[in-house]
Amino acid sequence: MEGESICEVDSGDGLGADIISTVEFNHTGELLATGDKGGRVVIFQREPESKNEPYNQGEYNVYSTFQSHEPEFDYLKSLEIEEKINKIKWLPQQNAAHSLLSTNDKTIKLWKITERDKRPEGYNLKDEEGKLKDLSTVTSLQVPVLKPMDLMVEVTPRRIFANGHTYHVNSISVNSDCETYMSADDLRINLWHLAITDRSFNIVDIKPANMEDLTEVITASEFHPHHCNLFVYSSSKGSLRLCDMRASALCDKHSKLYEEPEDPSNRSFFSEIISSVSDVKFSHSGRYMLTRDYLTVKVWDLNMETKPVETYQVHDYLRSKLCSLYENDCIFDKFECAWNGSDSVIMTGAYNNFFRMFDRNTKRDVTLEASRESSKPRAILKPRRVCVGGKRRKDDISVDSLDFTKKILHTAWHPTENIIAIAATNNLYIFQDKVNSEMH
Amino acid sequence: MFLTPVVPHWPFQNMDTMFVRGLKRKCFDGEEDIEGTLAGIKAIPSYNLQRQSLLDMSLVKLQLCHMLVEPNLCRSVLIANTVRQIQEEMTQDGTWQMINTQSTGQASLDRLVSTDILCRSSRDQAEGKHVPAYGTFNKDFESDQAQDSSETMSTASSVQAPRNLQSNVWEMENPQENKGNFQKSLDQIFETLENKSPNSVEDLFSEVDNSYYDLDTMLTGMMSNTKMGHCDNLETFSTPTNTASNSNCKSDLNDLDHIVEILVES
Repeated sequence: MEGESICEVDSGDGLGADIISTVEFNHTGELLATGDKGGRVVIFQREPESKNEPYNQGEYNVYSTFQSHEPEFDYLKSLEIEEKINKIKWLPQQNAAHSLLSTNDKTIKLWKITERDKRPEGYNLKDEEGKLKDLSTVTSLQVPVLKPMDLMVEVTPRRIFANGHTYHVNSISVNSDCETYMSADDLRINLWHLAITDRSFNIVDIKPANMEDLTEVITASEFHPHHCNLFVYSSSKGSLRLCDMRASALCDKHSKLYEEPEDPSNRSFFSEIISSVSDVKFSHSGRYMLTRDYLTVKVWDLNMETKPVETYQVHDYLRSKLCSLYENDCIFDKFECAWNGSDSVIMTGAYNNFFRMFDRNTKRDVTLEASRESSKPRAILKPRRVCVGGKRRKDDISVDSLDFTKKILHTAWHPTENIIAIAATNNLYIFQDKVNSEMH
Repeated sequence: MFLTPVVPHWPFQNMDTMFVRGLKRKCFDGEEDIEGTLAGIKAIPSYNLQRQSLLDMSLVKLQLCHMLVEPNLCRSVLIANTVRQIQEEMTQDGTWQMINTQSTGQASLDRLVSTDILCRSSRDQAEGKHVPAYGTFNKDFESDQAQDSSETMSTASSVQAPRNLQSNVWEMENPQENKGNFQKSLDQIFETLENKSPNSVEDLFSEVDNSYYDLDTMLTGMMSNTKMGHCDNLETFSTPTNTASNSNCKSDLNDLDHIVEILVES
């Protein structure tokens, strides 16, 4: 797939507060939300296609910016609660307003985004500046008329779901019933009703009676896209558990357990760490799940628990460097993964600002780079290659010169079109597949 | 090669390959004549030393979890599991509770060397202090939650055996004589790491750096030496680490008092 860069947004000051920590398209793809380390949310809106300016079609421009979370201090534990936005999830749109959930480590907030592009003018009692008129000057009555004004986007916090989590929230997922959502931390998953903030139901609890026995944590979770009773959660030991909320109130017993037996030839002290699942996503069809662990992405069929149906190597050349990656903590990096709209291509990030795409049908894969040099507007992305030794082609990067501080952890794919959003530290890149977009 | 925080080097080239290949080290059996084959000598000490330094690295990581923000539980659990794995393997090996008595072969000298590196700075502070080091480690998990404050700190069952030995060790008059004791070295590491103030993290790291560097040198030296010049290798260690540790010792003791004060008050 060829990529064309549409736009690049750089928040610029590089102080760290603008490191993007999550990226999410809404259900139509018209809006793209990003959250950053400083607790801010920036929403981009896609310009509608117009015949007058065909080259501007599809560009995403800033629609709204707001401060979602502030840093807090937990006095009981003498610890800071980071304002970093861990996840954003859009609610399906039910009226003119857009709503999204954003969460930091502890608190989830529901935000309502509304537009105002008209205002009433011609009041009888007030003048244009809002001051009360002298009644003696009023000689006739008029009906106020709505006149157009510059678009104003208003964002208001509608609900704050606090005090539900002792541990750090890593995922939120809106149920297909559009009434409930779940939030997962390291050891527990809670079910909330979108309208009720003072109460939540605990549906998974893997905290052992004795914390010294703790060997496994929850790393990600998601509701099934169609079945409102099903959800999946992944663990640090590389397993997936599909749970059915109809079975019992507390879903500690999974309905299905997806686990691939360890490959004994690859066994090392790091086997468990690299098997830890950093992200799990249902396919749009609801038939498959996509998981990301340190070195691979795997496609699982919901009907087969024994092993994934497909496994793709993201950067297997790192297998021989695991000890060093453990030492510099890179082995704990949590990469996300994404499906395209038709579930035929999967995408995930890697190091050196590389991201990878795998076509499930043709079995072809490509490595692309999100960088300023290669991403001028409408520049075609050039496939990159990492060479491990042996023959080295021009423009190849050797494993030892990969920049491990440039990691692409957060990626998102437009729900229907071939448009992807890539977060590279504090820069957001949006790429579009030129060929396919012309076809529709 | 020295460790830098930003750009990763590959100081663990040997370790990386070693761990990847899943090198099957020979089962350490006292009856086997490991001194006989050169290959045997090369394989066993390297693996054990590298495993030891992986263990050390893991313990340092766990200790450095204490920051202003709550530590990442997933990361802590994964590191703790790695530590457990290593300890289990060492227990199965028999190296965990090995006491250096009769064997004067290369293997025992390696343990001597490794404990020497690790214990050099900690030995002076470690006299007579019985600190529940693993209990502190568990406290990392427990500090995450307020409501479980009633849970008491107790040691994990997997290290119960070595902990029992620890009290025996501390009662020994002259720890110098028990140099070859891996278990003792581990406890000293726990204790050293536990008592280090967060401010002397650089000190801790710099000491660790030196020993890794020396490990590399030693490993390279060992691989190329046909004749085992044990003492020569030992000399390589004693010079660089000794000066560093002596200078750090006094400041560490002051930090130690300070930290104990804080811990007691809280």
